[in-house]
Amino acid sequence: MTDILEPTPSQTVGPFFGYALPYAEGPEVVPGWHPDAITVRGRVLDGAGDPVPDALIEIWQADAEGRTPSGLGGLRRESHDFSGFGRCGTDPAGRYWFRTVKPGANGQDAPHIAVLVFARGLLKPVRTRLYFPQDADAHANDPLLAAVPAGRRPTLVAEAEDARTYRFDIQLQGERETVFLDI
Amino acid sequence: MTHPPYLSPDYKSTVLRAPGQDLVMPRLGPDSIELASPVFGHQELGRLDDDLTRQHSGEPLGERIIVTGRLLDASGRPVRGALVELWQANAAGRYAHLGDQHPAPLDPNFTGAGRCLTGDDGRYRFVTIKPGAYPWRNHTNAWRPAHIHFSVFGTAFTQRLVTQMYFPGDPLFAYDPILRSIPEQKDRDRLVSRLDLDTTTPEWALGYQWDIVLGDTPMEA
Repeated sequence: MTDILEPTPSQTVGPFFGYALPYAEGPEVVPGWHPDAITVRGRVLDGAGDPVPDALIEIWQADAEGRTPSGLGGLRRESHDFSGFGRCGTDPAGRYWFRTVKPGANGQDAPHIAVLVFARGLLKPVRTRLYFPQDADAHANDPLLAAVPAGRRPTLVAEAEDARTYRFDIQLQGERETVFLDI
Repeated sequence: MTHPPYLSPDYKSTVLRAPGQDLVMPRLGPDSIELASPVFGHQELGRLDDDLTRQHSGEPLGERIIVTGRLLDASGRPVRGALVELWQANAAGRYAHLGDQHPAPLDPNFTGAGRCLTGDDGRYRFVTIKPGAYPWRNHTNAWRPAHIHFSVFGTAFTQRLVTQMYFPGDPLFAYDPILRSIPEQKDRDRLVSRLDLDTTTPEWALGYQWDIVLGDTPMEA
């Protein structure tokens, strides 16, 4: 039997990552001129409903055809490739944003974006998924949503602000707490 | 349980930020996006990103050190070409961050942020200076043991890890609610680097070794 090594424990990202982890084009998963660009934005809120000004959000998603990206991550955008990865620190009002494309469906999985949140006070990240409001039919067959109690599913579905802008608030704690995943 | 729980009341910032409801444990299909990871390339990094002592016109103050180790999966296999990022306070215990109000000097020759990719043997290596301890306002006389923040990618987004590396024998370990949020001592010990004379460069810099082990990817549906 192979020895399984214990994983290195997680520790908080702390309050002072802002000069190290975010990078200029982190929120731009696609360039602004992209014909199918959408904006995803929202706030991170704590259990008192106050904004979390020192969170780091990362997203990772399939391309518009539902394919897993194979290009480079995009720390520097020297090509027009879609990397599928984005990173954005929250501002003093707890806001974040990304410019990306809506991912395609993949098998039974409804279109979604994987979301990871790090923050001071989070000893390990919280993980969730963002789904899109226009895909209600596909949500009914999505295996991950099926594992979520029906009353909490709406916390995983972004709101359409207009045809190209979606709002997705992340509530770390409280009555409308976002569904977080143990994966 | 290797990782700390979300709620660890001695670390006060967890109280309003720890999720209170049950996490959902989905079965992920083999093509799930979470089982793949972003990949980064050398062309995305700067030439001096892995040497924090050469990013300015002069040398930073403090004790020059080499920090190196391997990035491994749960079976002990090296994880190649993975992005490792780090950031830290300067030798006086001050971050080059506007929010850091600790009245210790900034060092114009030290920013304290670096990046590298692991090699074919899973190894990362940085040259930097040993960070200082610093106070934080969690409780009276709360001082963080000297530490370097690490952020690593694996081969699956589920393996994404942000953690902190500590230095051996620090007397502040016993008083630090962040390190002590990890329930078991043996797991805390795995965040402590090892002084290594084979890594040390004579007459130049002390060497520390610290391996990072990523979690197993979840069972596929």
